[in-house]
Amino acid sequence: MSRFKEKKSGTPAISTASLPDIIFMLLFFFMVTTVMRETDLLVKITLPEASETTKLEDKALVDYLYIGPPMSKELGTEPVLQLNDQFAKLNEIDPWVSAGNERRDEVLRPKITRSLKVDKETAMKIVTDVKQELRKSNALKINYSTAQGR
Amino acid sequence: MLKKRAKRGPGEINAGSMADIAFLLLIFFLVTTTMDTDAGILRLLPPIVDEPVISDVNKRNVYEVLVNDADMLLVEGQMMDIKELRAGAKEFMVNPDNSPDLPEKHRVTAAECQQKIGEYKAFLAGAKDEAEKQSYRDVLDRWEDKLNAVRLLGEYMELPNSALISLQTGSKTSYGMYVQVQNELEGGIRELRDELCMQKFDRKFTELDEKNDDDKELIKAIRMVYPQRVSEAEPVDLTKKQ
Repeated sequence: MSRFKEKKSGTPAISTASLPDIIFMLLFFFMVTTVMRETDLLVKITLPEASETTKLEDKALVDYLYIGPPMSKELGTEPVLQLNDQFAKLNEIDPWVSAGNERRDEVLRPKITRSLKVDKETAMKIVTDVKQELRKSNALKINYSTAQGR
Repeated sequence: MLKKRAKRGPGEINAGSMADIAFLLLIFFLVTTTMDTDAGILRLLPPIVDEPVISDVNKRNVYEVLVNDADMLLVEGQMMDIKELRAGAKEFMVNPDNSPDLPEKHRVTAAECQQKIGEYKAFLAGAKDEAEKQSYRDVLDRWEDKLNAVRLLGEYMELPNSALISLQTGSKTSYGMYVQVQNELEGGIRELRDELCMQKFDRKFTELDEKNDDDKELIKAIRMVYPQRVSEAEPVDLTKKQ
């Protein structure tokens, strides 16, 4: 037995007792900063690049519209509109806008931004039509979502 | 030694695997996190009016930008490269040589503001119904904002109210091009604001903080001098225009 004791030499093992604490700290940081992706994209979107951008401050007050060619090839390559989790027609924008309004407090409603995430190859026609629909439903604050670049 | 420890009741739980569990969770959140905040070009659409107001806008007050289906630019009737658009928009906003083709700018002075404020206060006192009062109040607010701008920046040249940059696209114009054009126009205005702010306060406009009350005043004043005037007008059929 005494032989074993003698063997104890060199540097002592580094205590890993505080490792979980460090990991937990990191974990909490990511848990707090995480925003789960709310919708599954059904359309392919490559955002255009722009340099003069403004950051959207309050994520809770942003609704997203997606326009681009569908992910699945069977549906063709014509750009389509996606609201929430499904494809939508132009006349579905109005109910979608009101649903978005209903969810928020009345005082915050004018501050809601509709962010357009549009593929850069899309022809302007559908974008113009969507914008007209938004105007009709009195959703006037819009954002052309872009990627940081140039 | 061993016997003694066993006597102490339930032994300690091995916490060695805690790190592994935490690691697993950590990796999960790392993967799912999207750090990017959405950024883009903010625009305000004009509200829909029942009958389109056909205002006979003076031609010199409109900077016409047309983008055709092949993503080519026609600015004020002339072909233009996208790289020149920023300078063009800036020239339109400033009109440095007082050219008759560009908007006529009007010098705003403190005396004028005060005079107008006095006038409209008198109107407001004499107004009968609420709608009339409100319209006077709006005008009054505008003049007070102008006075404030003069106080902060000194006398400045004001763009006429009808001056605007009109952007029209064809139906096949690509969205990428549209955003690029918007970006250049936005950039032109931002540069003008930056220059003015740099000259007066030795800071960039973009560095001003909207949450700070003093800065907020400055932002408002500078916006009075160089307002954001890109119109998201009714879609027009470009083919019919020619």
